[in-house]
Amino acid sequence: MNISRRGALKVAALGAVAATGVREAEARERPVPPEDATGMLYDSTLCIGCKACVAACRRANELTLERDSTLYDDSVDLTGHTANIIKLHQGDEGYAFVKQQCMHCVDPACASACMMGSFQKRENGIVTWVPDKCIGCRYCQIACPFDVPKFEWDSPLPRMVKCQMCLDKAGGQEPGQLRDGVDPACCEVCPREAVIYGDYEELKAEAQARLDANPERYNPRVYGLDDLGGTQVLYLAPAGVEFSDLGLPEYGPESVPHTPVGLQHKIYKGFVAPVALYAVLAGLTWRSRRQADAEAGQEVAT
Amino acid sequence: MKAQATPVGGKLLTPTMKGLLILAGIAVILLVWRFAAGLGAVTNLSDGYPWGLWIAFDVVTGTALGCGGYAVALLVYAFNKGKYHPLVRSALLASALGYTLGAIGVLIDVGRVWWTWKLPLFFWTWNLSSIQLEVALCIMLYTFVLWIELSPAFLEQWAKGPDSFLKRFAAAATPRITRAMPWLIALGMLLPTMHQSSLGNMILLAGPKLHPLWYTTWIPFLFLVSCIGMGYGVTIMETMISRTVYKRPRETHVLAGLSDAMVVVLLAFVVIRMGDMIWQGKLEYVLAFDRMSVLFLLEILLHLVPALMLMNKAKRTDRTYLFRASLMIVFGGALYRFSAYWFAFQPGEHWSYFPAIPEILITVGLVAFEIAAYIVIIKRFPILTGRPPAAAKA
Repeated sequence: MNISRRGALKVAALGAVAATGVREAEARERPVPPEDATGMLYDSTLCIGCKACVAACRRANELTLERDSTLYDDSVDLTGHTANIIKLHQGDEGYAFVKQQCMHCVDPACASACMMGSFQKRENGIVTWVPDKCIGCRYCQIACPFDVPKFEWDSPLPRMVKCQMCLDKAGGQEPGQLRDGVDPACCEVCPREAVIYGDYEELKAEAQARLDANPERYNPRVYGLDDLGGTQVLYLAPAGVEFSDLGLPEYGPESVPHTPVGLQHKIYKGFVAPVALYAVLAGLTWRSRRQADAEAGQEVAT
Repeated sequence: MKAQATPVGGKLLTPTMKGLLILAGIAVILLVWRFAAGLGAVTNLSDGYPWGLWIAFDVVTGTALGCGGYAVALLVYAFNKGKYHPLVRSALLASALGYTLGAIGVLIDVGRVWWTWKLPLFFWTWNLSSIQLEVALCIMLYTFVLWIELSPAFLEQWAKGPDSFLKRFAAAATPRITRAMPWLIALGMLLPTMHQSSLGNMILLAGPKLHPLWYTTWIPFLFLVSCIGMGYGVTIMETMISRTVYKRPRETHVLAGLSDAMVVVLLAFVVIRMGDMIWQGKLEYVLAFDRMSVLFLLEILLHLVPALMLMNKAKRTDRTYLFRASLMIVFGGALYRFSAYWFAFQPGEHWSYFPAIPEILITVGLVAFEIAAYIVIIKRFPILTGRPPAAAKA
């Protein structure tokens, strides 16, 4: 029995259902920041690397030190113990500090990944993790292009750890609200105001104003305006220092979820394709079984 | 003709079985440690490589190895090729076990297993943009469907047994299962089409961390056709091995008949995989001859060579020849999945991953458990078709 011709067509038809519209996956609109979006602006030219923000973040978020017996906070990277870190870049042009924490993406890959919505964009567009539905699958870590969410590998009852802009923490009044006039812990303690918290639109204007006022001082670009779909944490770098040197990747304006989630939504639009495919498969099964039963019946009869 | 399946019978606690149970026992001890001390204690997983052997093998490859039931069902029911019906039950058993292994793999891998029960129930919090949600729910449901599709094998056996709860249960359940079966069979073809393709799309969320040779919007199609190819390959290997070991008719001509379907899916894979890279202008990566390019070319070869082998109609009825081609298909599909979920996942220079010994032993133990369960079930329940040797003599 040769199935290759007719069979190939049917296989192709089944495959086509799965690969519908593979080429132009524009089923998804590009998200924009909410109207009341807040954010942070970090100015590397102002940072003196004192790490007061690292200690303040640890206190505010009740995170323990990397190691039990240590004289001082010697964390070197974001981990399950550290949600905010200052790093030093040394290059030919001198050195620059950089602060790393969650970028609070406009189109967060972690929130797209998360099956139960443990990662969500919440008030003011801040991206938070809530523990009550997270199963610890770590798909968020696979997805995040900034490698921000961290897992507590050394705990039998692990959590995901990342900056939540001190939402639920700083105020201690209304859950989910930042207390009026109190900024996230890192912004609150910074002695040079190298990192400031505020209205996203105002921060954008402030960043541009600094570039305009001192063009010779800065790298002429504001990082985060549209990188990877835009981030609610914006960065200014010193002149001569590339953002990629500071660990801020140059991946262009398309967010990580845009293509795969757009493709998925296109294939499953209105759940029409699976229902149609099920109807076809049920029909074919019915036909095949009726035929098999008929053959079996003939055999019994003869 | 309706092929009658019968239990193989025989002693259960053979030396092979003891060996398998020891391996499974080691895994159980290590699992106690894993749940007491956390994932860091038994694995080399890290924030750079949050997924490793367990996801790449147990879940992503394991479920694809469990696609025999799906692939054979497509032929028998969607393409109306009744002659492959004798393969259905043993393929379903291998699939049910493969998917169960995948599901257990997930439960071991997730860090906060105590909330997993919420996943199928708390539908109002489902994130409908999460590709993994679709994969997870589909796999859960399909594992369940597979065991129900297989249940007539258990019910037939219980119905023959002494009067007991099981016998009464079998009598009550059999007509219901029979009535529901066409709908279940169709569901059993729909669900893998959905989640095996989504399993490909799912890793695209790694975005720039996924090597360009594996980042393609054709990935749902590629994962789908490759899992069907693997399904046939596994079915051939499993049928050959089980029927040789337990002295049943070898069905070599039926198996060789699968070749046509395999050639179609393998060539579809090669043409789309290669054509897509050329279309996307990624030939420079293909021809770089670095580690990633070699993996890619090996993947193409492991799909192309068996396709060419199986096009030879004279040779493919030779058992060794057919077995070799099937082995290559299974390795090819496994390599594609290992690449997408592990080798081509590049979180940065400062991260590296190779599974820890306990991590490997847990996977080995799971596979040992799967094989042990397979043996117990075919010895006690009617899975394999054809007459047992004793009956044949009589």
